[in-house]
Amino acid sequence: MRTFGKNSIKSAFEWILLTILAQKKQLVIPGELVAKGEYDPDLNVYKDGENIYSTMIGLFEYQGSRISVVPLKHCYFPFVDDIIIGRITDVGMSGWSVDINSPYSAMLPVTEFGARQNYPRKRETTQSLRVGDLVKAKIIAFDRSRDPLLSARDRELGKITGGRMIKITPSKIPRLIGKEGSMINLLKKESACSLSVGQNGIVLVTCNSPKNEEVVVELIKMIEHEAHTQGLTDRVSEVINRKLRGV
Amino acid sequence: MSTTPHSSEILTLECDHIIDLASKGKRIDGRAPMDYRKIKIQTGIIEKANGSAQVDIGQTKVIVGVKIEAGTPFPDTPNEGVQTVNAEFTPLAHPTFELGPPQENSIELSRIVDRNLRESKAIDLTKLSIIPGKKVFVVFIDLNMLDHYGNLIDASTYAALSALLTSKLNKYEVKNDELVIKDDQQPLPMNDYPIPITFAKIGKTLMLDPNIQEENAMSTRLTVGIDNEDCVCAMQKGGLGGFEPSEIESAVETAIQKSKEIRKLIMEATR
Amino acid sequence: MYKLVKPDPSKNLINDKGLRSDGRRPDELRSIKLQVGVLDNADGSAYIEQGKNKIIAGVYGPREIHPKHLIISDRAAIRCRYRMAPFSTDERKHPAPSRREVEISKVIREALEPSVLSEYYPRTVIDIFIEALQCDGGTRCASIVAASLALADAGIPLKELVSSCSVGKVKGHVIVDLYDLEDKYGEADLPIALMPNHNLVTLIQMDGKLSKEEFDKAFNMALEGCRKIRNLQNDALKRKYKLESDTENSKDSKEEVK
Repeated sequence: MRTFGKNSIKSAFEWILLTILAQKKQLVIPGELVAKGEYDPDLNVYKDGENIYSTMIGLFEYQGSRISVVPLKHCYFPFVDDIIIGRITDVGMSGWSVDINSPYSAMLPVTEFGARQNYPRKRETTQSLRVGDLVKAKIIAFDRSRDPLLSARDRELGKITGGRMIKITPSKIPRLIGKEGSMINLLKKESACSLSVGQNGIVLVTCNSPKNEEVVVELIKMIEHEAHTQGLTDRVSEVINRKLRGV
Repeated sequence: MSTTPHSSEILTLECDHIIDLASKGKRIDGRAPMDYRKIKIQTGIIEKANGSAQVDIGQTKVIVGVKIEAGTPFPDTPNEGVQTVNAEFTPLAHPTFELGPPQENSIELSRIVDRNLRESKAIDLTKLSIIPGKKVFVVFIDLNMLDHYGNLIDASTYAALSALLTSKLNKYEVKNDELVIKDDQQPLPMNDYPIPITFAKIGKTLMLDPNIQEENAMSTRLTVGIDNEDCVCAMQKGGLGGFEPSEIESAVETAIQKSKEIRKLIMEATR
Repeated sequence: MYKLVKPDPSKNLINDKGLRSDGRRPDELRSIKLQVGVLDNADGSAYIEQGKNKIIAGVYGPREIHPKHLIISDRAAIRCRYRMAPFSTDERKHPAPSRREVEISKVIREALEPSVLSEYYPRTVIDIFIEALQCDGGTRCASIVAASLALADAGIPLKELVSSCSVGKVKGHVIVDLYDLEDKYGEADLPIALMPNHNLVTLIQMDGKLSKEEFDKAFNMALEGCRKIRNLQNDALKRKYKLESDTENSKDSKEEVK
């Protein structure tokens, strides 16, 4: 709630000059005018003079004065500290080339793989990770002048030995994880499946029961499509009740 | 495949300086925004060609040779001669020109020059028929870049026009279905021709006849072709930017004025 | 010596009432159909039918760039190829790339470049492939319209969509959206591309003969045509994605609007 104090006349005036032209969750397209005035352009919008336009096809969002568009389709842009799931594409003397579902190919040095400090030769490198293997790693360096650098030294990181890979739009990953992991933990608990999530839009599902695996995949896709709606958690619970608990 | 060009040869400091000067209406070589560099036209320099010309605009040098030979007409214009333009961006003209098949810039330039001549019917192709349906004169116009210091489009077209206006065609006789070429010559029949005027957009300013440093700093280029009756006959935008409609309107007006000066130069050189 | 008598196609291009041979008024566009997201492999795609033109555009990217010498350190490179299918024209076209296709690939790329926020993805490439399956005049304009939609469909950040349209002159009448015969036998052909919000013309070419007054009239007619087509592009995008976001929004009817 806005309170009106000493500077109220000036700030009220400013408030009138700011205009938000789209509704929250409205579908907007590139070049669509979404706001005018002293707003803070955040994700997937650009400012031209007073006007703020969307750069993508997506859903309009604003939080206070921060204006964003959540894209419906986009590629993964790496950020330092992101945990990702990647696929080995090449083996070299000093490490592996990794496809991280991004226009930027990543590099995992040998020194950043495995808990112990060892420096195996190429033949031994192959024995730990081969072309086609999946690995969960953290981006430790990336800037505009060189490709992302990975590390798989931390405990939950390393080679992924099995499971089913699903690709979803990276912008939906936060919803899949949920507040403090609430959504992903719910899925894990109710399905007794192991779920590994990468910020780059890759999800690994490992289940003992094929039936549960199907339900989990269905739920993941449902979360991707309905990520920005209300009541999603309830609908997910309803499906879990119906299909996993047999209620 | 057309790919975004980029050159490691560009010096950002120089480009920024040129853009800054442009915003004040000034240029790196001291010219006014709407001034061309010195234009020098020499004709008849290649005796073996039917026509030839070298045009220097500042330090840019282009040489054009015209060869006219008997050939077969196109099936849909059996009574008309044929015109064909080819541009060679020879490696000696600039450090970035490479050996090999024509690149998109070379193809674009040859097509711009070709259209300039073709739409206006500058060469009277209807007078180049020898044996209707079977033999006509083919006019080969070959553009050779010698030194690239900017604005190859205008230099190439002025050279092509000068070469064509001074081209000589051998007289011929058709005897018993045989073509006999005589030694006597006549001028190549020409009509009115458009003069191209090329603009560069540097920052937000339009300037004429960009030199090579200005071409590196410009975002976009516009060539406007104007004929003898002040009509617009050709246009081509090139580069990674764009023009506002008002800039295009103003460019057309400037081109109409400027083309008169250039036309006078070419007429004097080809008398 | 014999004379060849050819029927003059330009005779019927426009009649005394100012109606064109396909029944259109001078300022009327051909019927346009746009579809977004028609291919599964490409990151983004779009299909356009404009009169008899049938053109499909596909976009891959941003992706890794090969060969490495094309890398630009501070932005994405854009690669564009316009190709006509051999069966697309009245007379079969040889499959090898013609000089005309090379030039058109260049002008299409240059028409789209100003709209792409390429600085967001340095050292990558955005590939645009355009296949003209059936050609009937104005193909470079239709290609730009489809390619711009395909870029948006691929999730490439754009300042806005680029729209494109041609104008020309037939028997002294200035007309919009030329089809093949009007292009071949008319007196002028002027294709343009426009970013309407920025009022920026990103493609302009012309050949023919237009007085200054005719040029002004034609140019403005083309700008107007581009604006109309831009609305069709917006509709096509919203149509494709509305379905997807409708499922998301329908559960939201009680959301407050601030």
